[in-house]
Amino acid sequence: MESLRKHFNLLSLFAVLYLAFLYVPVLLLPLFSFNDNIYVTLPFKGFTLKWYENLMANSALQAALWASVKVGVGVSIGSTFFGLLAARAMTRYRIPFRRGIYALIMLPLVIPYMVIGVSTLVILRRGLDVDLSLWTVGASHVLITVPLSMLVLIARMEGFDRSLEEASRDLGDSAWQSFRRVTLPLVMPGIVSSLLLCFITSFDEYLLAFFLAGSEATLPIFIFSSLRFPSKIPDVLALGSLILMVSIVLVVFAEWLRRRGVSGSDSSVL
Amino acid sequence: MTAQAHSSTPSSAPADFTAARPEWLDGLWLILPTLLIVLGMMVVPLIGIVVVSFWTQTGFDILPAWNLDNYRVLFTEEGALYRILIMKSLWMSLTATIAVVVLAYPMAYFMAFRIEKSKLIWIILLTVPFWTSYLLRIFAWKVILGFNGVINSGLKFVGFIDKPLEFLLYNPTAVTITLAHAWAAYAVLPIYVSLEKIDRSYLEAAQDLGDSKWKRFWRITFPLSLPGTISATLLVFIPTVGDYITPTLVGGTSGIMIGNSIVTQFGKANNAPLGAALSCIMMLAITLAVCAFLAAIGRKRLKAADI
Repeated sequence: MESLRKHFNLLSLFAVLYLAFLYVPVLLLPLFSFNDNIYVTLPFKGFTLKWYENLMANSALQAALWASVKVGVGVSIGSTFFGLLAARAMTRYRIPFRRGIYALIMLPLVIPYMVIGVSTLVILRRGLDVDLSLWTVGASHVLITVPLSMLVLIARMEGFDRSLEEASRDLGDSAWQSFRRVTLPLVMPGIVSSLLLCFITSFDEYLLAFFLAGSEATLPIFIFSSLRFPSKIPDVLALGSLILMVSIVLVVFAEWLRRRGVSGSDSSVL
Repeated sequence: MTAQAHSSTPSSAPADFTAARPEWLDGLWLILPTLLIVLGMMVVPLIGIVVVSFWTQTGFDILPAWNLDNYRVLFTEEGALYRILIMKSLWMSLTATIAVVVLAYPMAYFMAFRIEKSKLIWIILLTVPFWTSYLLRIFAWKVILGFNGVINSGLKFVGFIDKPLEFLLYNPTAVTITLAHAWAAYAVLPIYVSLEKIDRSYLEAAQDLGDSKWKRFWRITFPLSLPGTISATLLVFIPTVGDYITPTLVGGTSGIMIGNSIVTQFGKANNAPLGAALSCIMMLAITLAVCAFLAAIGRKRLKAADI
């Protein structure tokens, strides 16, 4: 028992240190976003909100933010819709070549974005002569988020008792009615997770956007180009801190929703 | 599963495998859009890039002159740079992946076995840092390790050093540390899931049969957590080989990776076919590395891992 306790303490200590390793670099950003110094360096000079005020006036940043939100919302809805259909097919139908199809859809997850980016660029520009825009970025983001959505939704659909659907069918519901009245509410937490995951992935994706955005900048493109100019960095820190705050609120809200939806459910957040 | 009542409904029921209309056809229709997306957005472009890698760039045009020049150059004197970059990228990703997985495993173990009530809180705690932009997470390390960064300016402020330590940033080690931080959650979560799935009665059985704690871990817990550990390894290794952001921001000249030179070929150097060939070589190198890794683990375990 004594040795067990010691073991417990060592592991707990590790867990706390690990969390510190994850958090300290990330928390430095909001800290420096309030620092009254154009250079990101110690010691702290004083408290200021001017970097946040700068954000209000920065129209290039706002355009990039808006572009990323548009792409992100479109991608998350599109990918979750296709992912829902695919997950349904995977879990409820005996489709031929099931494993092969599954592996093919998962493939974008194990191909470096670099390769997806340049090959899409080559096909679009040289092969099809399509003009690059937010649409081409969105299409490539759907490609990389559809597998995520399908994974999340398959996990969710496998998680509940299939006899519930059968019961509803036996009681006279049509296939669509039983899907809408039984399956959909049960899968809803998965749908919310999928929407969030796809949005965050698209919102944060740099490399594909870099290759495929053309003249319109998404937020990561804007941030990356700002990082080269020291004078723009405090603004970017303020922006990053705001994004972090909004995401935390979103995640907590989604979690709260999910808990309200299914009481006493599993612990899988993804 | 036997189907009884469904035969009365004309449309084929999802659960009914014996309906007149082939039921799998409905399933195929459902998955078709996704399949088309993957075919159109990935398979076709990949074929395209393999084709282009055998062509030639002259000026602003790509000529469909089939040849092996782009690959041949890799084995000549002037291609030495690319050979080194590919090996270096694999090596840097490998070290980063090992660091990520070795650090993530105890954390996942802690969450699976030591935390009983508030597991979800821990999962959220673990994922929150990853809601910041990837770019800014990488940039944070530039802030920490930089010439006027937190470590240097902090040490200077307290009087430990007179001039900044230059070896912190802009080298392969900085890239490895940064990658290890940026990909942590991708490793902890799959390992956690497979540890969580382990039937606790196996552990009790092992203990009852007299296994020590370490023996129990190596004989039961670790083998059963292999699927998650393998996915974690692949999930981190594969994307980081082709990373561009991290080496660009914290790698400096000595820390650049193959991704940087691919971007250069498609941009400044304006040699898309060579860039395409480098992409193909990179994919081939990753595939070989992954195959070697899986072979090392063994086919039997691979089967159990079900990837």
